[in-house]
Amino acid sequence: MAAPLTVVLIVAVTVRACLFRSSLADLIAERVEVVSPLNAWKRVVEGLALLDLGVSPYSGDVFHETPLIIYLFHFLVDYAEITFMLADVITAVALYYAVQDYNTQVLRQQKFALEAERLPLDSLELIRSPRQMYYIPLKVAMVYLLNPFTVLSCVAKSTCGLNNAIVALFILSTIKKNALLSAIFLALSTYQSIYPVTLCAPAVLYLLQRQYIPVNVRWASFWWFLLQYAFMYLGSLFVIICLSFFLLGSWDYLPSVYGFILSVPDLTPNIGLFWYFFAEMFEHFRLFFLCVFQINVFFYTIPLSIKLKEHPVFLIFMQLAVISIFKSYPTVGDIALYMSFLPVWSHLHRFLRNIFLVSCVLLACSALFPVLWHLWIYSGSANSNFYYAITLLFNVAQILLVSDYFYAFLRREHHLTYGLYLKRKDGSEATLVLK
Amino acid sequence: MAARRNIPVGLLFILCSLTFLIATNTHETTSTSEHPDKAVNLPEKSTETGGQTTEQPAVEERQWEPTEFQEETVNDAAAEKQDATPPETTTTSAGAHPKDDFQEELVIRPLQSGDVYASFQFRTLWETDFMKGNKVSHYRLFPKSLGQVISKFSVRELHISFTQGYWRTMQWGQPFMPSPPGAELWVWFQDSVTDVDGTWKELTNVLSGIFCASLNFIDSTNTVQPSASFKPLGIGNVTDHRFLRYATLPREIVCTENLTPWKKLLPCGSKAGLAVLMKSEKLFHSSFHSQAVHIRPVCQDSECTTTSWELRQTLNVVFDLHTSGQGKREWSLFKMFSRTLTEACPLASSSKIYIDITDNPQGEQFELTPATHLLSQAVVLGDRRTFSVYDLTEANTFGSMRSLNLKTRPKSGGYIHYQPSKDRVRPHLLEMLVQLPPNSVTEVTVQFERALLKWTEYTPDPNHGFYVGSSVISALVPSMVAMDTNNTKERPLFSSFFPCKEESSYFVRIYTEPLLVNLPTPDFSMPYNVICLTCTVVAVGYGSLYNLLTRSFQIEEPNPRLAKRIANVIRRLRGVPPLA
Repeated sequence: MAAPLTVVLIVAVTVRACLFRSSLADLIAERVEVVSPLNAWKRVVEGLALLDLGVSPYSGDVFHETPLIIYLFHFLVDYAEITFMLADVITAVALYYAVQDYNTQVLRQQKFALEAERLPLDSLELIRSPRQMYYIPLKVAMVYLLNPFTVLSCVAKSTCGLNNAIVALFILSTIKKNALLSAIFLALSTYQSIYPVTLCAPAVLYLLQRQYIPVNVRWASFWWFLLQYAFMYLGSLFVIICLSFFLLGSWDYLPSVYGFILSVPDLTPNIGLFWYFFAEMFEHFRLFFLCVFQINVFFYTIPLSIKLKEHPVFLIFMQLAVISIFKSYPTVGDIALYMSFLPVWSHLHRFLRNIFLVSCVLLACSALFPVLWHLWIYSGSANSNFYYAITLLFNVAQILLVSDYFYAFLRREHHLTYGLYLKRKDGSEATLVLK
Repeated sequence: MAARRNIPVGLLFILCSLTFLIATNTHETTSTSEHPDKAVNLPEKSTETGGQTTEQPAVEERQWEPTEFQEETVNDAAAEKQDATPPETTTTSAGAHPKDDFQEELVIRPLQSGDVYASFQFRTLWETDFMKGNKVSHYRLFPKSLGQVISKFSVRELHISFTQGYWRTMQWGQPFMPSPPGAELWVWFQDSVTDVDGTWKELTNVLSGIFCASLNFIDSTNTVQPSASFKPLGIGNVTDHRFLRYATLPREIVCTENLTPWKKLLPCGSKAGLAVLMKSEKLFHSSFHSQAVHIRPVCQDSECTTTSWELRQTLNVVFDLHTSGQGKREWSLFKMFSRTLTEACPLASSSKIYIDITDNPQGEQFELTPATHLLSQAVVLGDRRTFSVYDLTEANTFGSMRSLNLKTRPKSGGYIHYQPSKDRVRPHLLEMLVQLPPNSVTEVTVQFERALLKWTEYTPDPNHGFYVGSSVISALVPSMVAMDTNNTKERPLFSSFFPCKEESSYFVRIYTEPLLVNLPTPDFSMPYNVICLTCTVVAVGYGSLYNLLTRSFQIEEPNPRLAKRIANVIRRLRGVPPLA
């Protein structure tokens, strides 16, 4: 399987290189859908220039990257294009191997369930064969690399690509059962933007599952492992934060990076829900709604973990989707990451209800974003409400997509337990509803 | 949201009505005083010391009391005479040796493009010390409002200017007193001030009241502390730029309400002397109008044994005479200002009018009437120009300048000071020290991004745009003529503003055009709608996930028909088992 993957990599790198050399690169680097105040390349360059001038990059309101990014690009600023292409390649390869390992796990669990005869007979249709699952890792890598969102994000040199690479490495190390690396990469990605801290729960659940420790608060080994993981995670986070302090010699970066992410002072339009909401918010309620919106991102962790404690990889997908939709400055790069997981759940297609509508809406909105932006800012014939409406629609479509996959997943699990063709008491065909 | 603008508008309204009341009152007092005959345009000596006072009625405006004149009456006759015979009065006031001195002058320069540039300068020198412990309470020529401002806020230098219009350097040459469009205020505080920002805030509010301008909009978001330019123009050895504050309001509009308090600061007000010409209906009907107040400590003599405070009030105006429908270039004081000069200000030690005749040495381009025999030459902005002088008090002589060889001096290397802005806290400040190579073009470009603000942070007219203030270029230009570095020597006012530190170059300050930037605006009618719609989307997400998390799949039992359901309800009430 290495050969097709290499081909896909070469094609992806070629596409990106062509776009880098064309005149579209500057145009794409300024699109608000692709870059946000947190990860724009122009701001990285500005921060490095301020550092050369002797002024702290965090003294103004332009630079909101972490000090480790300064450190990285201090050496790599001339090779930026290669760095971002390499980050995309690393993400794709990491996802490839992670999904491959996960598929092996799924097949093994299925085999045990079949042998233990826990599956009702008529749901054998839902069993997946290795043949069906053979091309899934390649599809995942292809979807990530050739997704227009990813390509745009890479050509714009948005540091979202680096964040995605770190999250992909975290997923790979979790699925490969390496708790220490998983904790380190999770600490790095939390350090970059705060929201991946919610990925702690699926990581812990997965590692417990692989070690055959039941998720039960009465078991001592559960608490012991939890403590170990928490210690590794917090330790690496502490080390990284102290390293950042010593890099520039001050704690300025904490309010500039994390204060900025949490308090949303910059209202540049993007594809998220925060900007217009806080542009039009009454001052009296601003803090209240800011807290509500930020809690909204973190708050689905516990319920989702309880519901999906046997399926931690699906939980990772759900968490990534929730973060990408509800974070304060989303970009299309974040969306590309969770969308690359969709081929893993391709077997759920028979239970998806809204997929046609959702995909049409997503395509239409992606096409309308630049059009309405141009009409608002350059032509002046539309106003901000047009762009805002498309933002709303785009987010509703994403929410429907995610909840549709969740529904399909739960339904398949239900069928695997109770059988595919269900009958009512009088023998006629039954319909399943959520009650 | 227009509350912020209502306060200065309300203040302006109150002050306008007060000004109107005062004007009517003074009109009554002057009309009741005795006026022997209209032909006499010479004010009498101080024989009528106990006579009328032209003091303003005791109207408390802005808690500063205007200056009181215990001098002669002021004769506001409407004689047509433009001037020329020097009157014989001297301005000795009742009392001891004069420690304060007032000079006024007007420079008129016809410009190449047919416009006329008129520059008024009024200078009051006062040998006193505001900073020592004894409170100064006897104000004569120096306005009390500004004196109290200086002593209360420990101001070392204050420069404030209000400008309407933009100076067209290509057509008009260089102005004597450059100023950016809008309002500009820069202040050097004494080094005894501990809380400079707090003092600055109070100072801007007090000046806002004195000049009837909305200087209260100056706050930390448009105040900077330049480190390399705007060095003190007076004497003093404090150069720590922590005591310097510079702010500009490019949006400020200048109108009669700003001119009237400015005129009140003059010793003679607008009753006598050159200030008689400053009538707002003509002054604001011009291409460029700028009024400024500059306060700084200066040396009295070349050894600098005593220092005195200098207050300069300048008014620059450029009249476009083509708009008045004149085919020929004909102008007179009456045509420009719709007033004539009758006399000098009795309190002035010198009162002169200079007409620039450098472009007209033989009298072929224009002719001055009435003719004058007084000529003077002065070096201004590195150029020697010839002026005809009309002395309204008595004749003075000017020393002429001699030209010397130029001496060039090497400059130090480049220096860049950049302070990035913080949203809603402070503005950008970029200062660069560059040496420009000769015969070249240097371009400085700054990339910027437009930001969307919160809907409450927009002004009531958001589609007008936001102003970005003028950039300032302060330069030392090599001079063709040797400059005199002795700043205390007697010189016309228009050439003695910027101190000369070296002989081979002169200092010039150029302001660029302000920028009007159109920012994207949110829809201001939508706050409630936006909150509802966005919360709906979040609720859609919450609702779907809540359903999937808390409910489980069950087989749906079909609903029985309505009659059966009602029957079942009744049966349950009776305690009888229900139907199938």
